[in-house]
Amino acid sequence: MLVRIDQEKCCGAGSCVLAAPDVFDQRDEDGIVVLLDAQPPAELHAAVRDAAAVCPASAILLDQA
Amino acid sequence: MATAEQTPRFTHPAARDTCPFAPPTAYEQARREEPVSRVSLWDGSTSWLVTRHEDIKAVLSDARFSSDSTRPGFPFVSEGARQLNTGQPTIIRMDDPEHARFRRMLTGEFMIKKVEALRPEVQRIADDLLDKMTDGRTGADLVHDFALPLPSLVICLLLGVPYQDHDFFQECSRVLLRRASTAAEVAHAQGKLADYLFQLTETKRAQPDGSILSRLAERGDLSTEQISGMGRLLLIAGHETTANMTALSVLALLRNPDQLAHLREHPESVPGAVEELLRYLSIVHSGLTRVATEDVDVAGVRIRAGEGVICMVSAANRDEREFPEADELDVTRDARRHLGFGFGVHQCLGQPLARLELQIALGTILRRLPELRLAVPFEDISFRGEMLVYGVHALPVTW
Repeated sequence: MLVRIDQEKCCGAGSCVLAAPDVFDQRDEDGIVVLLDAQPPAELHAAVRDAAAVCPASAILLDQA
Repeated sequence: MATAEQTPRFTHPAARDTCPFAPPTAYEQARREEPVSRVSLWDGSTSWLVTRHEDIKAVLSDARFSSDSTRPGFPFVSEGARQLNTGQPTIIRMDDPEHARFRRMLTGEFMIKKVEALRPEVQRIADDLLDKMTDGRTGADLVHDFALPLPSLVICLLLGVPYQDHDFFQECSRVLLRRASTAAEVAHAQGKLADYLFQLTETKRAQPDGSILSRLAERGDLSTEQISGMGRLLLIAGHETTANMTALSVLALLRNPDQLAHLREHPESVPGAVEELLRYLSIVHSGLTRVATEDVDVAGVRIRAGEGVICMVSAANRDEREFPEADELDVTRDARRHLGFGFGVHQCLGQPLARLELQIALGTILRRLPELRLAVPFEDISFRGEMLVYGVHALPVTW
């Protein structure tokens, strides 16, 4: 799995951090998404898919192997 | 197929039926029979009504549906709501890129790690309120003594608003969010609140105190009017919604003793239960409003530029296609896809704070009041059907 984020689209709701805190974080200055791990291990894939599904701004893109 | 010319199904907002937790049957029927349909509004105008989970996600994610209430055709659910949306727009009535610019001035204040750091303080506030509520007493109004003061104290602390002024801003808020309020009443309350926050912002300019209002004032690129507008939005949204969710959640759990028992035995389930209660109760029950800026097809129905759209998240949160047994409260369900906070770039800015407050409020009540029960018959509870944010006016309880 390859994870990409779009910081322009991100609206800082923080849902991704709740769903997959090992993969997503928020910038200190404005809460915009930061990617911690673009190729997360298999055990995190379900959580990353949850994060992408609940993202209100469609700012998380997944290339699934 | 529905067209803009056809006869409206009913007048929105429709009244609830017998179950005070369920959305009115009219919306459930619309979702099953005609998911994108026509309704009439208080002023005789008409609007599109969208009721399915997937369709609402599509509308709220689509920049061709504008939040700008100054655009012709924008739907309002009452005379007061129309008045509320005049004057200087706040971020909820802006479109990108302007919306994003202002929202990003606030997103850092409500990010997960910043809100999580507030947990001990919010817990202390919750414990203090319950100490006072139970001290030498056997009953209380849970709204007045706990559900309302908890988020009010927290948002005052964050914004830098003196809590001793709570009677004033809570009363303004009641007028602004009452569907029957006239334009004059809303304008009056709005004016009082604007003056109050204007003065407060000026005070922060002179004496910075590390609060959100103070930080906005320190930026140097915002007028006092702009800051007071943001403050007004955060102050109202910050206390009304959580207060009503807290009291209504407690009532829903008391009416579903098996769910209550599960939570008492499994306090680690509280965060998941909060998501399920947000889905099940959908307190923003008048819908989220937009106006089309271009012709757009939604579920095969052509919505034309200039036509209003009302997204009924309460109906979407009961959509069986998304949530099996949707009318059942099931605190063990994974309900995170609910639309209780809306969807799209306008999704609730304060949702991390709302979650934290609700988790602490419910967790603390469950832990400290093991014998909690209603002090009046359920039939005597007065629900907020006439308010823009649903809930109960009072919740008499004993323990």
